[in-house]
Amino acid sequence: MSIMHKLFGATAALALTAGAAAADPAIVFDLGGKFDKSFNESAFNGATRWAEETGGTFAEVELQSDAQREQALRRFAESGANPIVMAGFSFATPLGDIAGDYPDTKFVIIDAVVEAPNVKSVVFNEEQGSYLVGMMAAMASETGTVSFVGGMDIPLIRKFGCGYAQGAMAADPEVEVIANMTGTTPAAWNDPVKGTELVLAQKSQGSDVVFHAAGGTGVGVLQAAADNDMLGIGVDANQNYTHPGSVLTSMVKRVDNVVYDAFTAGEAVEPGIASLGLADDGVSAAMDEYNEELVTAEMMTAIEEATQQIIDGEIEVHDYMSDESCPSLSF
Amino acid sequence: MDLITLLQLLDSTLRLATPLLLACLAGLYSERAGIFDIGLEGKMLAAAFLSAGVAYVTGNVWLGLLAGIGASLLLSAIHGLASITFRGNQLISGVAINFLAAGLTVVIAQSWFAQGGRTPQLSGGARFNPVTLPGAEALRDVPVLGPIYYELISGHTIIVYLGLIVVPITAWVLFSTRFGLRLRAVGENPAAVDTAGVSVVGMRFAAVAICGVLCGIAGAYLATALQAGFTKDMSAGRGYIALAALIFAKWRPVYCLWACLLFGFLQAIALRSDLIERVLQFNIQSQLLDALPYILTVVILAGFVGRAVPPRAGGEPYVKER
Repeated sequence: MSIMHKLFGATAALALTAGAAAADPAIVFDLGGKFDKSFNESAFNGATRWAEETGGTFAEVELQSDAQREQALRRFAESGANPIVMAGFSFATPLGDIAGDYPDTKFVIIDAVVEAPNVKSVVFNEEQGSYLVGMMAAMASETGTVSFVGGMDIPLIRKFGCGYAQGAMAADPEVEVIANMTGTTPAAWNDPVKGTELVLAQKSQGSDVVFHAAGGTGVGVLQAAADNDMLGIGVDANQNYTHPGSVLTSMVKRVDNVVYDAFTAGEAVEPGIASLGLADDGVSAAMDEYNEELVTAEMMTAIEEATQQIIDGEIEVHDYMSDESCPSLSF
Repeated sequence: MDLITLLQLLDSTLRLATPLLLACLAGLYSERAGIFDIGLEGKMLAAAFLSAGVAYVTGNVWLGLLAGIGASLLLSAIHGLASITFRGNQLISGVAINFLAAGLTVVIAQSWFAQGGRTPQLSGGARFNPVTLPGAEALRDVPVLGPIYYELISGHTIIVYLGLIVVPITAWVLFSTRFGLRLRAVGENPAAVDTAGVSVVGMRFAAVAICGVLCGIAGAYLATALQAGFTKDMSAGRGYIALAALIFAKWRPVYCLWACLLFGFLQAIALRSDLIERVLQFNIQSQLLDALPYILTVVILAGFVGRAVPPRAGGEPYVKER
């Protein structure tokens, strides 16, 4: 597998230096890196799946700092890569700046909206998936208190927390929801030690199920949950396998499908805004052999019902980003 | 606030203060000998990585700890070579070490384990597990003292106790031994030490090496005791907070303990915003609490609470003849 990666890397580098690359797709990963076991890795898996199925090649780059965003996008656009997929909301500003300079190149941005004639914006209804895992958390909790650990305090992460709280309260109106953010700088995505301490602090307030949306900090969150007889809930990618028996479920965002579809469509990517929710399988609560013993039949029925009601519009899950407020939780 | 909650808070304080304390004492040795070291962060990070990596491969956390100390010592040697032997700028060398560690750890971790710049999860003997002190279970039900002993004093990993023991040892070494006297003199007036026939370069290298060992333990504590593995940038600025604590403590070992406990307490209380609200009846932003260590240090540096005088020859390479 690693030889494959090196080959991909080598061909990508060759294509870049030759400047020929006849419309190979390209992908830019965010600062978490493509093996973050979460968001970026999911995007990488989608790209790899496309390459394996079609035998095609793609160019890729992992950023090391914020300053490289625009540079990376311009490099790919000038080398002729098409479409260019970028994983992460932080690309919104640089993409907005440069999209107009390359009218013939198609861009796909995940988790943010950029209005330009050659950009496809894909956002997820994370609040819907968070609602489902919130219900499961409240049903699994024996103490009647569940908690949430966010990474960097930004509206996108509050959206996870807000949906989670609403779901938990829907399953058990008496439930208490504790929410903490790790920090306000990008360092908050990579501070597992603080993640662990937050979980211990939440445990001492009575919580026994914790959901994280905190990138690398989440490694510490799930570890602390496993070490202290609590249940963790993973995010973005399926993290059930990380601590079998201690991860209740994962709120999965199918970033891989977005990348796969964009690569498959190639230059014919349709610009516009796509919003993926439960109805499109864009978000879901992960079920597999690692968590089947934790999930009761009662939970399954409840979330299946809720899924249907959300799709039908009978339950409306509040989107924090629509009005920057959360009725079920105060941050 | 009841006793148990308070104990949980202090428990968390102790855990969070330990890496700060070890790094702070590391900086103390180095700076007392006249070598400023802002590379504490980088050394901790390198030690965190190598300790977790070796602990995973061998399954033995003690070998991991040794490897972590080794990694930190190597960076210390680079710092010593650049700033003592070649008389380079100590701050620049320190910054370079931080960058070197941040980059190298991820690259090597990726090439060894292919898990995205992290090490695999450690379990069992590859981690430092909490030790229950003798009699903790038996005394648990004794009112007041029982919970204090069981919750707060017992049940930490061995490194926490090690960190606490290093404080009196450091105070003794610095102020009651010939080595300590020379070490302090090298930081105040190296020419005088040289005249007395003691090698300034040797003393400074010794101090930098001790600094490396302590940073190595601090890094190993992060990756193998607090966490079960290395993740990139996991030191998350603790090396800088340790430096702030060192200034706050005015370069004295026992003050270092209090400064680190205070900063650890501020970090711990920031995690419990509900408690602040309950006790004070109003909410303090956790961001403010996170920033407090730095604010306090600036206050100290500005001379409001006594003067913090750094070692006089700090930051200056020693040149024998002028």
